[in-house]
Amino acid sequence: MQDGPYVLEARGVIKIFGNHVALDSVDFGLKAGEVHALLGENGAGKSTLIKILTGVYQPDGGGVFVDGTAVSLDNPLHAQTHGIGTVYQEVNLLPNRSVAENLYLGHQPTRFGLVDRRKMESAAKVLLKRYGLNIDPGSELGTHSVAVQQIVAIARAVELSGKVLILDEPTASLDRNEVARLFEVIGDLKRSGLAIIFITHFLDQVFAISDRVTVLRNGRLVETRELNSVTRTDVVRLMLGKDIAFSGATDLEPDGPTTDVLLDFRGYGRSKSVQPFDLTIHKGEVIGIAGLLGSGRTEMARIMFGADPADQGSMSLSGKPTAVRSTSEAISHGFGFCPEDRKAEGILGDLSVRENIVIALQGKLGWFRALNRDEQLEIAGKFGEAMDIRAASLDMPVKLLSGGNQQKVILSRWLATDPSFLILDEPTRGIDVGAHAEIVRTINRLRDDGMAMVVISSELDEVVAYSSRIVVMRDREMVAELRGKNINPGIIVQAIANHPDEVQA
Amino acid sequence: MKRFNLQALANPQLLALAGVLLINWILFPNFFRISWQDGRLFGSIIDVLNRGAPVAILAVGMTMVIATKGVDLSVGAIMAVCGAVAATMVVAGYPTPVAVIAALGVGIACGLWNGFLVAVLDIQPIIATLVLMVAGRGIAQLITEGSIVTFNDPALIFIGTGSFLGFPMAAVIALVLMVLVTLLVRRTAIGLFVQAIGVNRAAASLAGIRSRMLLMLVYALSGLCAAIAGIVVAADIRGADANNSGLWLELDAILAVVIGGTSLLGGRFSIPLALVGAIIIQAMNTGILVSGFRPEFNLIVKAGMIILILLIQSPFATQLFVRRKLVVTREAGK
Amino acid sequence: MKLITKLAIAASLATALTSVSLAQDNLKGLTIGFSQIGSESGWRAAETSVTKQQAEQRGIDLKFADAQQKQENQIKAIRGFIAQGVSAILVAPVVATGWDDVLTEAKEANIPVILLDRGVDASEDLYLTSVASDQVKEGRVAGEWLVGAVGDATCKIVELQGTVGSTPAINRKKGFEEAIAGHANLTIARSQTGDFTRAKGKEVMEGFIKAENGGADICAVYAHNDDMAVGAIQAIKDAGLKPGTDIKVVSIDAVPDIFAAMVAGEANATVELTPNMAGPAFDALSKYLADGTLPEKFIITESKLYTPADNPQGEYDTRKGLGY
Repeated sequence: MQDGPYVLEARGVIKIFGNHVALDSVDFGLKAGEVHALLGENGAGKSTLIKILTGVYQPDGGGVFVDGTAVSLDNPLHAQTHGIGTVYQEVNLLPNRSVAENLYLGHQPTRFGLVDRRKMESAAKVLLKRYGLNIDPGSELGTHSVAVQQIVAIARAVELSGKVLILDEPTASLDRNEVARLFEVIGDLKRSGLAIIFITHFLDQVFAISDRVTVLRNGRLVETRELNSVTRTDVVRLMLGKDIAFSGATDLEPDGPTTDVLLDFRGYGRSKSVQPFDLTIHKGEVIGIAGLLGSGRTEMARIMFGADPADQGSMSLSGKPTAVRSTSEAISHGFGFCPEDRKAEGILGDLSVRENIVIALQGKLGWFRALNRDEQLEIAGKFGEAMDIRAASLDMPVKLLSGGNQQKVILSRWLATDPSFLILDEPTRGIDVGAHAEIVRTINRLRDDGMAMVVISSELDEVVAYSSRIVVMRDREMVAELRGKNINPGIIVQAIANHPDEVQA
Repeated sequence: MKRFNLQALANPQLLALAGVLLINWILFPNFFRISWQDGRLFGSIIDVLNRGAPVAILAVGMTMVIATKGVDLSVGAIMAVCGAVAATMVVAGYPTPVAVIAALGVGIACGLWNGFLVAVLDIQPIIATLVLMVAGRGIAQLITEGSIVTFNDPALIFIGTGSFLGFPMAAVIALVLMVLVTLLVRRTAIGLFVQAIGVNRAAASLAGIRSRMLLMLVYALSGLCAAIAGIVVAADIRGADANNSGLWLELDAILAVVIGGTSLLGGRFSIPLALVGAIIIQAMNTGILVSGFRPEFNLIVKAGMIILILLIQSPFATQLFVRRKLVVTREAGK
Repeated sequence: MKLITKLAIAASLATALTSVSLAQDNLKGLTIGFSQIGSESGWRAAETSVTKQQAEQRGIDLKFADAQQKQENQIKAIRGFIAQGVSAILVAPVVATGWDDVLTEAKEANIPVILLDRGVDASEDLYLTSVASDQVKEGRVAGEWLVGAVGDATCKIVELQGTVGSTPAINRKKGFEEAIAGHANLTIARSQTGDFTRAKGKEVMEGFIKAENGGADICAVYAHNDDMAVGAIQAIKDAGLKPGTDIKVVSIDAVPDIFAAMVAGEANATVELTPNMAGPAFDALSKYLADGTLPEKFIITESKLYTPADNPQGEYDTRKGLGY
């Protein structure tokens, strides 16, 4: 680690939750007058690091330094006194109070112990002018656009802290013009010597305003680089952790359809979610979906499954036009879906392993054809064995199982419904090596049995290994459909990064 | 199955009930005396069953609602509305079955309204049912025009004060309702689906469970139970008392469900144990009545007992008193 | 004692009659506002309809406002009356406090205010008079009747109290105890709250019967209102006893259903809480408007005793139409 005049620095920071290491000896240095992009996929440790830098969490090892001096940040307010301010994706100001009140809330100028409204509003006017905002400070904040609110939030954070500004996905809900305006403000702040940490999923934006970039992966620091020394492809590669040497295409399946078409999506999409896409899926085929977080890959899966029904385009199932307006409809057509967020959307934590496995089949059977306990045990036992679920008892709550076993339970849940089409969203994230291998084995086995699958994964090696085609998503749009020789981590990374001409040997 | 029975005897609800009955017996030695009078059983313990019936009936529906991670605050007010409907209709000369069916229909409609707010408009159950809790009593007062509508219809009165094999009709209705609903949810997949929704509605929906329809059904059931309780209470006093019928009974019903071991966080539920909870509450009420305490102490005594019962059921107490059983480790599928 | 009561009743009846006969015409055509609490009980509904009747008899244009149990609605209604320039305002206040401002406004507008049924915590010069019953007296009249009815026999009484801590429950208990004090043969064996409701009255009476040797030891039940008494009567019948005979039933309010019970021989006595608070109020107003005669600050309505000798069927029929 180079010694630099860091305004804010994390040295060897370790954070452990339970037996999960969220941050493993991470170093991070922030200089005055720079915009420093912090990148990484979900679970890479970005938010944990930010929370340590702003005093929400205390590190379990290593330390935080402000201007080279070790500090212990007890809470965000304390971090503020060290000059560190944060602006979150969702503006957390008070929409029904005036702009000026929001700027000075808790720090209002007072006269005789009362809030001096006139002084506050004139100060606000001057302050907002610096941010290029010519709005009435007495107006209600909620009447302004999200972008203006975002700038007000930044102004407030800078006003209260003044040294370091952390922007956590500030552009997520802004349109193009608003983003440009925000970037002007960020540029001005940078020139005035503020140190800025910028978190986003949009690579274009990283390259538009950042000076340096730090990439985290699985709780570890991958690298910190000057941005003018890297390409987009490099950044994607750092994030996904692929050493891209052209190893040649996997060429798993011969080109051209060899089996019957199962599903055919035409102009299928959902407004404000995913641009219309065309996709044909054959029986016995695995379609890998690649793309960064926020690229629209999960949304695509939810549209296919009817969790967020499509509002444009058409779909046909085995040649027959079919509509999927709800999950129960999808299941009746033989679809299944393992969601990305196992805990929030997958498992029924307090229910038993047995009930978790039979729930989708029972949902398909309806209210009155109930499986009795023995039938449930038989089904759960059969799929539990096939998937090698390690549980002390089929009647224990599923929440007590490990992540890998929970994932196997959810997979079993769908296999029990005898599906013809299975959508797996990050099926191997955050699970142990053994379970990981079991799930990959299962995907291969099911494909060989003739099941059609869509698998979303950030693990490019894995996707490449079992996919017959790869769909690349970027900015909520399907941007490429790779097949044959093109099923190759290097090409996928380039497609994600949108720089096909930057191929490096 | 055999293990289940042994556990059932040692469960905290039945222990609590035994405790409350024991205290009643100490305070009032004749508590368990039962005599036969005018073709019916007569005694304090019968009073407990009879007076506990309305809360027990409410608890049947409330258990299902709470299992979905909801709550139904409107049942007391629905009781008042349905009692008023039944009473005014028999007074107006409609045949008893018509009046009863109309009242039950109104109860179901009220429940569907709650279900609509919760399942379709996604309003939090406590707020959604608060609407009818407040408005319902006003509607009931409109129906009765503020007075107690007294009736003399023998068939309707029988529902509240009659007896079957010597047991009070209200208690028989509660028992039959419990058996029917328990069979309905356990012999079909409804019970499993309700638990799934209560544990994790998002996951249950992704697993293909039509949670909206099920929630509507569950709230409708709660409305139906409230209607039955409302008819029973009105029939008992031969009059529909819009101002007082079911007043605060929703809280007793929730308490009965909680004493019965169903978590307010949804998921696992037991209708029979909720009924035991209702009986425990009523045993306390009746015990206070026959004990001769000053009425100023009623609520304090009741609160103290409830705290004690909930403490006995807490995980902490379980760890203290119940030795953990070794679960036979079994590899899945073997 | 009994004689004195009778005399008092006769006297008050006489005054009532004279006041009706003297009903001056000076209220005719006047507009008077009436802010009612709501319709939370049968008695309240009866009070509303009697007030309307009384106004009609006197040719008063009564503006009626139902506050639905909310003080802010009452204050709004009174401000509305003031704005309309009514000649007088009747208020049945929902709570005792918080009236100073609006009553001052009425006083400044020179509109006399008369309180019905309940009092307020405000300066006495802010209202013309307050018409209410004497709840202690109601209890006393009930107790005196029982003392007379029992004679020298020993009598174990069970008491069904109103809602714990409520003013009528405290006062009606106090009056009853005053009346039976000094009669050692009368004792209150058990006393529990029946919350003024029929259902709780029945439940509590069931408990009392079990606790007192199947009811055999109970000589009389005193209920703080008729509704609880009606519930108790059902409990007594369910226990195989005859209410009115095996166990005497005395209560307060004089609602129609207790007269129905008297007709059936199941209730023995009730003390009237008259819903006619407006009559005395209009009389006082009439005198005040005629020659400025200030009425007494607290007009107490009579607490009339009714027994099966007082034509219960007739009382039932006349009261049934009042909205009880």
